[in-house]
Amino acid sequence: MTGPWGSATSPAPGARPSPALDIAGAVRDGSMSAAAVVEKYLGAIDEVDGELHAFVTVMHDSARLEAESVDRRVAAGEDPGPLAGVPVALKDNMCTRGVPTTCSSRILEGWRPPYDATVVARLRAAGAVVIGKTNLDEFAMGSSTENSAFGPTHNPHDPGRVPGGSSGGSAAAVAAGLAPLALGSDTGGSIRQPAALCGIVGMKPTYGTVSRYGLVAFASSLDQIGPLTTTVTESAVLFDVIGGQDPLDSTCLERPVPRTVSALADGVEGLRVGLVAELVDGVDAAVGARVHEAAGALAAAGANIDNVSIPEFRHGLPAYYVVAPAEASSNLSRYDGVRYGLRVEADTAEAMNAATRAAGFGPEVKRRIMLGTYALSAGYYDAYYGQAQKVRTLIIDALASAYQRFDVLLGATTPTTAFAIGAKVDDPWAMYLSDVCTVPSNLAGHPAISIPFGTDDGGLPVGVQVLAPALGEPVMFQVAAVLESRAPVLAPPRVHAP
Amino acid sequence: MSGDPALTRDDAAYVARLARIDLTDDELDLYAVQLAAVIGHAAEIAALDTEGVEPTAHPLPLRNVTRADEPRPSLDRAEVLAQAPAVEDGRFKVPPILGEAP
Amino acid sequence: MSADNADTTGTAGTADTGATAGTSGWEPVIGLEVHCELRTETKLFCGCRNAFGDEPNTNICPTCLGLPGSLPVLNVRAVEYAMRIGVALNCEIRPSIFHRKNYFYPDMPKDYQVSQYDAPINVNGSLELPDGTRVRVERAHMEEDTGKTSHIGGGGRIHDADYALVDYNRAGVPLVEIVSAPDIRSSTQARLYASELRSILVATGASDGRMEEGSMRVDANVSVRRAGTFELGTRCEIKNLNSLRSLGRAIEYEIERQIGLLEAGDKVVQQTRHWNEDQGVTVALRSKEEAFDYRYFPEPDLVPVVPDAGWQSDVAASIGPMPAERRAKLAALFGPEPVGHARADQIATVVEHGLDELVTAAAAAGIDGAKALARTSNEASADPDAARRLDVSAFVALLRMEQDGKLNPTQSKAVLADMLENGGDPADIARRRGFEALETGSLHGVVAEVIAANTDAWHRYQAGDDKLVGFFTGEVMKATKGRADGKAVAAELRRLRA
Repeated sequence: MTGPWGSATSPAPGARPSPALDIAGAVRDGSMSAAAVVEKYLGAIDEVDGELHAFVTVMHDSARLEAESVDRRVAAGEDPGPLAGVPVALKDNMCTRGVPTTCSSRILEGWRPPYDATVVARLRAAGAVVIGKTNLDEFAMGSSTENSAFGPTHNPHDPGRVPGGSSGGSAAAVAAGLAPLALGSDTGGSIRQPAALCGIVGMKPTYGTVSRYGLVAFASSLDQIGPLTTTVTESAVLFDVIGGQDPLDSTCLERPVPRTVSALADGVEGLRVGLVAELVDGVDAAVGARVHEAAGALAAAGANIDNVSIPEFRHGLPAYYVVAPAEASSNLSRYDGVRYGLRVEADTAEAMNAATRAAGFGPEVKRRIMLGTYALSAGYYDAYYGQAQKVRTLIIDALASAYQRFDVLLGATTPTTAFAIGAKVDDPWAMYLSDVCTVPSNLAGHPAISIPFGTDDGGLPVGVQVLAPALGEPVMFQVAAVLESRAPVLAPPRVHAP
Repeated sequence: MSGDPALTRDDAAYVARLARIDLTDDELDLYAVQLAAVIGHAAEIAALDTEGVEPTAHPLPLRNVTRADEPRPSLDRAEVLAQAPAVEDGRFKVPPILGEAP
Repeated sequence: MSADNADTTGTAGTADTGATAGTSGWEPVIGLEVHCELRTETKLFCGCRNAFGDEPNTNICPTCLGLPGSLPVLNVRAVEYAMRIGVALNCEIRPSIFHRKNYFYPDMPKDYQVSQYDAPINVNGSLELPDGTRVRVERAHMEEDTGKTSHIGGGGRIHDADYALVDYNRAGVPLVEIVSAPDIRSSTQARLYASELRSILVATGASDGRMEEGSMRVDANVSVRRAGTFELGTRCEIKNLNSLRSLGRAIEYEIERQIGLLEAGDKVVQQTRHWNEDQGVTVALRSKEEAFDYRYFPEPDLVPVVPDAGWQSDVAASIGPMPAERRAKLAALFGPEPVGHARADQIATVVEHGLDELVTAAAAAGIDGAKALARTSNEASADPDAARRLDVSAFVALLRMEQDGKLNPTQSKAVLADMLENGGDPADIARRRGFEALETGSLHGVVAEVIAANTDAWHRYQAGDDKLVGFFTGEVMKATKGRADGKAVAAELRRLRA
């Protein structure tokens, strides 16, 4: 069934442009070569990224080779895959064999993994071309990409402002047209919040639907890889490509990922949408106003909107800032100067470890390792980590109740629009507040998506968030597609590809 | 902030030793303050009544995920050692180890 | 009373020293922790080979090297072997999870070890020593092994080393750690426990049990208390015990050392001590003042292991009878009374080498039990591998020839040696070697001839010089080319003298 936006994989006239799908279609039917596409994007990056610093590594040579191989497949009459020739940018915490994977940290500067992440293999199998590795907050810890050891990324809408984080580089790259698709990772909002601040679509899948093998771990029970795209359809297509069981990841579901693209056209007639008070109260006025408008748009499209309060959400941020640092403190122990990465020499192995980690980690990473170590230490485990894991259960149970009344939930993605670079670096908790609307989904393991919906008075993008139950991607995308179709058209960012 | 557990420099130093990170005194003082602030927020959940609530270690109800006892190719040693800070005799070289393995 | 003990240092000579309780008024309290490597093809969490002696760092992959982005996937055979051990030790098999044990050491690729903490797979078991003592087994849990560190320079001693080299081939090898309750009361019992545990591990097929090769590692927790009291004294953990003999000697030494301290009014300091084989002492390691805080928390990259009743009973059915049961079955051949020490040793040897069937088959065929046991434990077990390949009915036939007097014991042993080396039928071998026992009549004839040829000696023998039996027997053996039965010769000589 087709709606006003055409069939699932090709946009109707007047619909939002879908750069990735346009490319894939053209490469598949031979009207455009993957090589030409790659040159165009490499040129854009070379011209524009100096101002944005979205990329840590641009993979000129390998991207060209991959594009050539796609073109050969097309020429040979083979199926080159659903993303044939589409350049994809990868957050630099995903392992790419032989290509530096730094996590934007000095401690991994120059490290070349001897293996590819599973998602990388899946992208290549789909014909995509990996064009580069993007900047992030060091080890994915942050909400602004200011914690990168290699300097911040700038928001294409206003380069004096942050793109959000931690997947700021991926978000900026897509927003500025430097790559049609990107992957990021979301542990506490790190895909959705930068998507909101950059005016693009960012989605965190259900925990366990996308393999984490090859994703450098931050908080293992929260991390998920997800798509950053211009449109909802592209998000669904990319999710379908990267998702699915992986024998190398014990936490990856064996059940097939729900096929989502076919659900996109279903509309929202009769769907029950809950507007969550805790995801609207306390956010900036402009953000709150856009969320209410989004609710109105859904109502106009036939959905039933109602208000709902989930008080347990208020405990999400403190619980997150115990669980995530705790797991991170353990995940980051391996960076000890012994087997790879930075080493600062010393007289003993112990001193070498301590000096290496002191030199190699930035302040936010150190802060979270300290916090996590403290939370797990003897005498504090029950009160902090143990208790935080129970708060997760409270949130899951509260959501289960809510989903008896509603099909999806709605709210802001993050309380503010893009803030100035440097504005929040001195107060950790002020920065952490950026995550207040996003962490409940990570704690519960549920999917959520951020859609651009209007701007603030200064023209900075606002994102609204749709939350769904576990494995509820189909209904989530359904609602997102409708929101997208009724959202105000966003002006192109100040900095963008020619 | 009332209710903030005060963290002394010694507390921070102990944590830094566990985490094996060298911190200067200034850093220790800064982290002591910043950690105390975050822990103060976390203390809000410490006070919640969670009687009878099971912790969620995993959002997924998975059980018994295993693989067969069959060999898979190992990595090329040269590729791995090429990334190592110091190597001798095909092994990773480190300065002398002071302590004992527990 | 105390003077004796104060002077008896380093008398940890033989295992027969046995218990020191009672004589000095002190009771040793000992618990053993045994780590055994499982005989799986591959490692616990990855598909690298579980092999001893390969070139360093050739059996490594992202997972066992702990590379950024790597994840563990559990080896099902390791779980099965762990369950076999649980069954063999009469444990309760429970749903279990993995925990991370966090500490830094260069042989730890992730600087945390994946182990089991408060929810282990096997609990509440027991092991019965041959002397009837029941030692409780608190737990037997799964964990991964570390890499191997070599300390270079300074004579190989840890504290004088110039640097260290690490090989991760062993990192990730599956281990089961078996922890006994402190039910052991002497070094002798400790040796018996370790020896019996070894036999059990080998019998389950789960492990090689080779202490010298490191596939079975024993640490001893030793404390002492006043005889008749129930509170536990401060204990020390003794490591670096590479043989049963070292185990016995080290425990003896440590008991003496602690008694010496306490009787002098000093305290025993809780610490880890290394056994120095050359000097015959335990020494405290130069370790940190603080106890390790391992910050255990549930491993988020793995899911619970819940063996259902079907799996458990499959495992239980797959292992044969344990050594204790097999020894009892052999002992029962000799009647309901407990067997004597020498016979018990023979039985233990037979079971140790897996040669039970030789004895039971022979006994079932009417062979005298003592004879069957002797030939198996004394002769056949000289080459256990060959003995295990022996054709059982051929072995029984050989014993029947001996029992029927067709072969004397010397000949029988020679045929058996031949069969061990080359196999074959005993009658054929006997014929080939010219072994046929002499008829009584011809024996008497030969004796008479020998007497006639040595009248002086015969007169001396008649006069009472019994030593000449050897001379005459030798002459008869020469004349019959070894076919005479020495006992029959002696009997004939006595008969003629009488």
